[in-house]
Amino acid sequence: MTRRKEIAMLEVTTDWYLSLAAILFTIGFLGMMIRKNALIMFMCIELMLNAVNLTFISASKHFGQIEGQVFVFFVLVVAAAEVVVGLAIIVSIFRKQSSASVDVLNVARG
Amino acid sequence: MFEAFLFFAPASLIILGALIVIFAKNPVHNAMGLVMTLVSLAIIYITLNATFVAMVQMLVYAGAVMTLFLFVIMMIGVDKKEQTTDSIKGQTFLVSGVFLILISLLVYVAVSSDFKWDLWFPPVEYDVEGTPQLIAGTLFTAWIFPFEIISILLIVATAAAIALAYDTKKRNSNA
Repeated sequence: MTRRKEIAMLEVTTDWYLSLAAILFTIGFLGMMIRKNALIMFMCIELMLNAVNLTFISASKHFGQIEGQVFVFFVLVVAAAEVVVGLAIIVSIFRKQSSASVDVLNVARG
Repeated sequence: MFEAFLFFAPASLIILGALIVIFAKNPVHNAMGLVMTLVSLAIIYITLNATFVAMVQMLVYAGAVMTLFLFVIMMIGVDKKEQTTDSIKGQTFLVSGVFLILISLLVYVAVSSDFKWDLWFPPVEYDVEGTPQLIAGTLFTAWIFPFEIISILLIVATAAAIALAYDTKKRNSNA
């Protein structure tokens, strides 16, 4: 009963933001599992990183501290570096194998 | 009520964009879905008083990273069919099992009354506005060492990308 009243009031608490981040992370994880194209898997990694950023920022607002937003910068820089190197690897693999599918990339198998 | 609208409208766009990212067949459509997700996230950041981070999100993610993605999509072509057969046996079955577990965990956490973040840790009364002054004041004093480290990381990543993508064979045959 009280829960229904809370929903009727529609007060957006930190729980909502954390739930949204969890849903976004789960979708990114699902895409990482079901897609074969390396490029799209990278986009799914971006989705997961953004879910973490959303968690950081909602916690920053919740506790009234700026450190959460500073950490988002670090995550952003690491994500940018990771995308740059990863896309360069995809391009160089594509030159050799003319395919961006991860199932083709079994040449490093020991 | 307006606050609720400012949350639910971008949130539904975020989830819609994320679903486009993982289910669309054309890579350009995937990239556009990712743009939708990132821009809506920037709106959410503004409602969370993180205005500077929202601007950086627009510039770095929706601008630079997406341009890079689109360049690579153009380089490797969009007309190639993605292979759909499983190379690992029972991959679809395993993935759907893991996904069901994750979703049921999420639903349990959302429905059960045990999980009340706002009751465990009460939110502070005051608001911290993420202005450039405040962020720089923290970043360049307490976090100066990690800041220097990530500047080195960026230079290393740039050099690595050039070294990886440089086509030595082609250059040598041309010269």
